[in-house]
Amino acid sequence: MSIVFETLTNTLEGFFGKIRGKPRLTEKNIQDGLREVRLALLEADVNFKVVKDFTRSVSEKAVGDEVIRGVNPAEQITKIVHDELKSLMGPVDTTVPLGGEGPVVIMLAGLQGSGKTTTCGKLAKHIAENYEAEPILCAADVRRPAAIDQLETLGRQLELPVISERGSDALTVCLKARMQAARQNRSPLIIDTGGRLHIDDQMMDELAELKKRIKPDQIYLVADARTGQDAVNSAKEFNRRIEYDAVVLTNLDGDARGGAALSIKAVTGKPVKFVGVGEKMDKFEPFYPDRMADRILGMGDVVTLVEKAEQAIEREDVEAMEEKMRKARFDLEDFRKQLKMIRNMGPMKELMSYIPFVGNKMDGVDFDESDLDRIEAIINSMTPEERARPQVINAGRRNRIAKGCGHRGAEVNMLLKQFRQMKKVMKKLTRGGMEDMANALPDQFTAPGGPMPKGLRKKSKKKGKKN
Amino acid sequence: MRLFGNKKKEKNGYSQIGPPTGTVSSADPNENGMLGRLRSGLRKTHDKITGGLQSVLKPGARLDEDTLEQIEEQLYLADIGPRTVERICSQLHEACRDGELADAGGVIPFLKERIKADLRPWETGLKLPAQPPAVLLVAGVNGSGKTTTIGKMAMRFQKEGKSVLLAACDTFRAAAGEQLEIWAEWTGADIVKNESADPASVAFDAMDKALSRNYDVLIIDTAGRVHTRENLMSELSKIQRVVSKKLPEAPHETLMVLDANTGQNGLSQAVRFNEYLELTGLVLAKLDGTARGGIVFGMRDQIDVPVKFVGIGQQPEDLAPFDPDKFVDAMFE
Ligand SMILES: Nc1nc2c(ncn2[C@@H]2O[C@H](COP(=O)(O)OP(=O)(O)OP(=O)(O)O)[C@@H](O)[C@H]2O)c(=O)[nH]1
Ligand SMILES: [Mg+2]
Repeated sequence: MSIVFETLTNTLEGFFGKIRGKPRLTEKNIQDGLREVRLALLEADVNFKVVKDFTRSVSEKAVGDEVIRGVNPAEQITKIVHDELKSLMGPVDTTVPLGGEGPVVIMLAGLQGSGKTTTCGKLAKHIAENYEAEPILCAADVRRPAAIDQLETLGRQLELPVISERGSDALTVCLKARMQAARQNRSPLIIDTGGRLHIDDQMMDELAELKKRIKPDQIYLVADARTGQDAVNSAKEFNRRIEYDAVVLTNLDGDARGGAALSIKAVTGKPVKFVGVGEKMDKFEPFYPDRMADRILGMGDVVTLVEKAEQAIEREDVEAMEEKMRKARFDLEDFRKQLKMIRNMGPMKELMSYIPFVGNKMDGVDFDESDLDRIEAIINSMTPEERARPQVINAGRRNRIAKGCGHRGAEVNMLLKQFRQMKKVMKKLTRGGMEDMANALPDQFTAPGGPMPKGLRKKSKKKGKKN
Repeated sequence: MRLFGNKKKEKNGYSQIGPPTGTVSSADPNENGMLGRLRSGLRKTHDKITGGLQSVLKPGARLDEDTLEQIEEQLYLADIGPRTVERICSQLHEACRDGELADAGGVIPFLKERIKADLRPWETGLKLPAQPPAVLLVAGVNGSGKTTTIGKMAMRFQKEGKSVLLAACDTFRAAAGEQLEIWAEWTGADIVKNESADPASVAFDAMDKALSRNYDVLIIDTAGRVHTRENLMSELSKIQRVVSKKLPEAPHETLMVLDANTGQNGLSQAVRFNEYLELTGLVLAKLDGTARGGIVFGMRDQIDVPVKFVGIGQQPEDLAPFDPDKFVDAMFE
C-alpha cells in the first residue's frame, strides 16, 4: 500500500507542486524549458540556425500562456514545441498528382547515396498499387557503375518496364523514355537521376537542363534522414537550381532522429511527402508530421502526459483542491476524489510512466492496482464525518469501517497513518514550493520507520536518480 | 566496362565517373597532388567554418559572449555535436578566464590545437600483416560509399604493385555485384562472386582463393545495412568469423565507411558496428561536398576508432589517407 502513497505523493508533486506561484509561462521558465528542447533538436540534427529561429518564435508565442494544471512549465513547453513542429512540417498532401494530358513525369534528384534508385522503385510500386496508373521507369543515372542494372533489376522485380540506354547521356535517355511512355500509353514516367553534389556546377547544370527540356510535372528531392547540419545547404541549392515540389526522406528505419525533415522544410518551404523505412520495395509510407515531431523531440512521453492532463483534470476541481491543500484542510474525501481523478487518466502504472521522475521509480516495482481499490473501499466505508476529520476514528469506528469494506482493522490503521504522513508532506509542499518538496520527500518516505518498506526504499531512491 | 565506356568520357561537357587515366597522381600520401586534392576537397569545408568566423575573430578584437556564441554556432554547423561542442566551449571559457586567451585572434589556433590534440593519438595507417594476404572487411550503412571506397583502395594497392582480390559479399542489393565488377575491371583487380545468396559463403570462397593464389590483398564488400537490425548485424559477425577461421589474424582491418554528411546518427552507427565487428578504422566518404565531417571529433568521446581514409570524389584516385593535423589545419586555415 505504501507504494501507492509514494507514487501518489509524487503525482501530486507533478500536479500541484511545480505550478505554485507560476500560473503563467514567463520568459524565465520558458527559457528553462527550452534549454532541453534546444539540445534535443540539436541532437536530432536540426540545423543550428533553424533551431535558433524556432526556439525564439516558440518562446515569443508561449509567453503569457496559462500553465496547465498538472504539468510543469518545462513539460508544457515541450508540448508547445511539439505542436509547433507538427504544424511547421505539415500539412502534407501525400497524394501524387497524376492527372493531365500525356505521360505525367516525375523526376527524382539528390546527393550521392541518398537512396534515389531504391526510392524510384518504391514510388512506382506505391503508385501502381494505389492509383489507376501504370508507371514506367527511366534509368538516367548514366554515371555510377551498375546504376542502370540496379534499376533494371528493380523493374523486373516489380514487373515494370525500365527505359535505359547504355553509353548515352541523361537527357537522351529521358527524351527516349518520354517517347516510349507515350507510345506504350504508360504514366507516370519516373526518372532516376544520378546522385550529385550540389556544388558540382556541371552536374547541377545537367539537372537544370533536364528540368528545362523534360519539364517534369513533379520533382522530388531524395534526402537521407541521417544527414546532419549540411542538409540545409544541399536542399537549398537543389531547390534553387531545379525547384522541387517535395521531399522523400529515406533511411528512417534506423535510429536517426531525422531533424533534416524540419531543417529542409524551414529553409525551402518544401514538405516531406513520403518516407523510406526499409530496403524492400514496400517499405514506403506517407509522411506524418505528428510522428516526425515526436521522433525529432524524442520526448513523446511528456507530450502524452500533458495531453492526458489536459483532458482528465477538471480545472475547478484542481483549483478547489489546491486551495484546500494550501490551508491544510485536505481530507480523506478529497483524497478519494483525487484518486478518482487520477484513475480517470488511465491505468496507474501507465500513467506513472509518463511522469519522468516517478516513471523511473516504478521500474521493477510491482504496482498493484488492487491497492487502489482497497484504499477506495476503505474510504467508502467511512462516514462523511470520518472522512473530513480522520482523528475521530477510534477503535470502535475502525472495526466498523473494516467490517464494512471487508478489510482488516490493521489495514484501516495503515491507511490512516499513511494519510497523516502524506498530509505532512503536503504542508511542506504548499509552504515551500518545489525545492522544499524535493527535500521533503526522501525524509518522509525513506527514513527508517517511514511508510516505505526497507527493500523498496533503497531501490526507489536509486531509480529516482536520472543522469 | 564497355557499357560505361573505357575512357573518361566528356559528354555534353559533363564530367563522367570513369576508370583511371594516365594523369592520375600517385597514391603516395605525401605527394602534392594528393594533398592538393585533400585541400581542395576541404576548401569548402574550411570556407564554411572560417568564413563566418573570420569576421568576428580579428586579432585584437575583444573576446566577448557574442563572439563565443558565434564560435559555438560554427562548431555546431560542423556536425561536431552537442556533447563535444559543450566540452570545447567550456575549454574556451576556461582559457578566457585564465587569461590564456585574451584576444579573438587566438581562438582559431586554440581550437585547432585542442582538436588536433584529440585526434593525434589515432593510428591512422593501415595495419597490414608481414605475410600476405592482407584481408580488409568493409561495412557501413546503406549508401555510405563502401563499394566506391573499395574500388579506390584497390586502385591504391594496385599502384603499389600489389595483387588485389575483391569479394562481392553484397548479395542483397540489386546489381551490387555488377557495380563491384566494374570497379575490379577499372582497377585491374580480380573478383570473387558466386551464385549463393549467403555472403558468408562468398567470403569463404574468396578466402580460399586469396590464400591459394597468393593474393597480396583481399577486400570484402558487404551490403549496406541499418545498424539497428540485429539479424543483419550478426550476418556481418558471421562473415568475420568465416574469415578468421581461414586465417586466424584476419581480417586485419575492419573498416566502417561513414558518409561525411552524416549527423549525430554517425555515433550510433559507429557504436553498433563496433559492437559487432570490433572496427579497426573508419573511412570518411564524400568529404568533397560542403559537409564538414565534424562527427568524427564528436565521436571520439565515446568511441575511439581512428579515421584512416577520407573520400574526396567519385574517381578511383579520390581517396586520401587521413592525417589529423592536415585535416584540422585544412578546416581552419
Ligand atoms: N562525391 C562523392 N561521392 C561518393 C564518394 N564515395 C562514394 N560516392 C558516391 O556515393 C554513392 C554511393 O556509393 P556506393 O559506393 O555505391 O555506396 P555503398 O555504401 O556501397 O552503397 P550500398 O552498397 O548500396 O549500401 C555513389 O554514387 C558513389 O559514387 C565520395 O567520396 N565523394
Ligand atoms: Mg555497395
